[in-house]
Amino acid sequence: MKFLKSLIMASVFGLGAAAANAATLDDVKAKGFIQCGSNPGLIGFGVPDDQGNWTGFDVDFCRALAAAVLGDATKVKFSPLNAKERFTALQSGAVDVLSRNSTWTMSRDTTLGLTFAGITYYDGQGFMVPTKLNVKSATELNGASVCVQTGTTTELNLSDYFKASKMEYKVVAFEKNEEVLKAYQEGRCDVYSTDQSGLYAERLKLANAAEHMVLPEIISKEPLGPVVRQSDAQWFAIVKWVHNAMLTAEELGVTSKNVDEMKASTNPEIQRLLSVKVKNPDGTEADNDFGKGLGLGPDWAYNAIKQVGNYAEVFDKNLAQLNIARGKNALWSQGGLQYAAPIR
Amino acid sequence: MKSFTPRQFSGRGRGRALHQDPMTDQSDKGISSAPHGIGTDFLYNPKLRGILSQVIVLVLLAWGLYWIVANTQANLVKLNQNFGFDFLGKAAGFDLSTSLIEYSSNSNFGRAILAGFYNTALVSVVGIIFATILGFIVGIMRLSKNWVISSAATIYIEIVRNVPLLLQIFIWYALVLKPLPGVKQAFNISDTVFVSNRGITAPHATFGDGAWLALALLAAGLVGTWIFRRWSRKKQELTGQILPVWWISIPIIIAAPFIGLLLAGWPVTWSYPELAGFNFKGGMTLVPEFIALFLALVIYTATFIAEIVRSGIIAVSHGQTEASQALGLDNGKTLRLVVIPQAMRIIIPPLTSQYLNLTKNSSLAVAIGYPDLMYAAGTVNNQSGKAIEVYSIALIVYLTTSLVTSLFMNWFNSRMKLVER
Repeated sequence: MKFLKSLIMASVFGLGAAAANAATLDDVKAKGFIQCGSNPGLIGFGVPDDQGNWTGFDVDFCRALAAAVLGDATKVKFSPLNAKERFTALQSGAVDVLSRNSTWTMSRDTTLGLTFAGITYYDGQGFMVPTKLNVKSATELNGASVCVQTGTTTELNLSDYFKASKMEYKVVAFEKNEEVLKAYQEGRCDVYSTDQSGLYAERLKLANAAEHMVLPEIISKEPLGPVVRQSDAQWFAIVKWVHNAMLTAEELGVTSKNVDEMKASTNPEIQRLLSVKVKNPDGTEADNDFGKGLGLGPDWAYNAIKQVGNYAEVFDKNLAQLNIARGKNALWSQGGLQYAAPIR
Repeated sequence: MKSFTPRQFSGRGRGRALHQDPMTDQSDKGISSAPHGIGTDFLYNPKLRGILSQVIVLVLLAWGLYWIVANTQANLVKLNQNFGFDFLGKAAGFDLSTSLIEYSSNSNFGRAILAGFYNTALVSVVGIIFATILGFIVGIMRLSKNWVISSAATIYIEIVRNVPLLLQIFIWYALVLKPLPGVKQAFNISDTVFVSNRGITAPHATFGDGAWLALALLAAGLVGTWIFRRWSRKKQELTGQILPVWWISIPIIIAAPFIGLLLAGWPVTWSYPELAGFNFKGGMTLVPEFIALFLALVIYTATFIAEIVRSGIIAVSHGQTEASQALGLDNGKTLRLVVIPQAMRIIIPPLTSQYLNLTKNSSLAVAIGYPDLMYAAGTVNNQSGKAIEVYSIALIVYLTTSLVTSLFMNWFNSRMKLVER
């Protein structure tokens, strides 16, 4: 009986340990890499090549995170996740962070036990149609069959949009975006709908991209950003501030190329961003280490910027090929919505 | 101090006593037990060992279950989540491409899962019926003495059953979609049925008042057939006269509902499909996803059923065929009255597993976007975040469906069993 009792006790405490993913930072440091949930098939945002090298806007965010946390942008492992699996993977602890063009919605923020750590990309849902349909506007889509990916906000917006405009439609939903695109190509549906950035990316995969056009209407707000578990405030802060640091770097003109010279800058904002110690005329030194508050080293932002780049660099590197303009994703000072809280 | 019993002197006696009552035997041994090795003796007692191993397995099982539940609970608390089924009443917000029941994005999550279940049930029931028919035909074909027929059946079976089902579903989906024309160029069958890459669209009948008469007459026809069949059987036993039961009852069963509708003044309104803009309006549509899934499931499962049927028939001793031919029964009657009934005893149990397989395999529908139970459950999980609850529901529904199928087939099996006198 005593043996049984100790067995049960051991299991209770053992399970306490097994489930203790509260301190994601410690876990990440212990294993030496970040497990990042990403999209396996969205050009510009997350896609592996035939050698397994991942590229994309969301992917680079995870790299910047790894640089900030572990000092090495290559210490990331990517888990390919489809729309349906993504939140469960994060909830269960299979990934440390989800950086996979996921829309921040109230229900996802309040019922999943997850938290969105900022908005890295402002998007909106749009429609793509074959040019031969002669459709110029989404208002002409009454009765159309629409291909979408299941488990997304896309299928919900679609229902809202058609209901609000008193039009009918037929939904055809698949789990993977490749299947959605294939069905659209084979004429199973008239319209392909997803976030506009996604439409431009998917259009490139079509054999005859010129025969398809993206309609002008944007029917929803899709604030996309990285997601973490609600239970870990420290990890949440790290993810949030890496994004802020990348934006701040763009604002201050700090790039991966000039970050070393910038360390000599006398601009106090840059000094704070790069944790540069300030010397006073009397010889005393003052600390500027903001990494400490995150549980990171002083070079957290420096590493992210040096190894991956600032927001503009990451944007241009990944999304310029899709001819996506900065638009709403320009800095607030340039008419966009990207606005970083100050590092001070 | 030292308990002195005759048993201690006789090895044989002690052994027997242990077999009969190990517990008392051990306890009344007292201190003296150690030198005699009683402490390890109980390990060699089969009865005690049996009980002990069962207790250990039970304890481990209970511990494992407890661990899973407690761990899940702890993790849910950590995620600020609670376990409950309240979410089923929330508005779903997403649409399904096809549903047997009234469903829209205003319906709740519970109804979405129900609609998914009906779609699973539809493809499973229709699939089982057609797979059985095709399986029996191919199974008998494979036994044919005609070389062309039997080798055609062999080739079909060997190719189809050795290719993974998921791959076949994708192939059928491509084969269904590729050659079919767009909506505006749809194959038109006398302006009522249209075949396009949006599916098969056909007129849809709505029954008004008085349509119950049709149902009532159909039921009457079925009951009448059953009584007629019993009566004709009795008559055959008494007089040897064989009545053409099926030739009489099948027309009656088919005609009954029509007569009912005629009597009620034909309360049927048809909704015809019409091309309107992007799609057909009116009528009812069988979506390509259903057609592809149905074809794949039927063609795949039929190969297994064919082999079961073949083995069942081969297992009936050839002497039975010779005996019935000696009695003057023709080939058809030999097969129908002598061989098949005996083969059925062997066929039914493995056939049950094939039916269960087909039902469970229908969950591969998710790959081509047919909104079955797994599809609905997956989408509901994704929109509500209630993974444990949603998949428990799916699990229970599949389990219940399979158990009901098994129960029915067991009942059918016991009816078909050889009645031994």
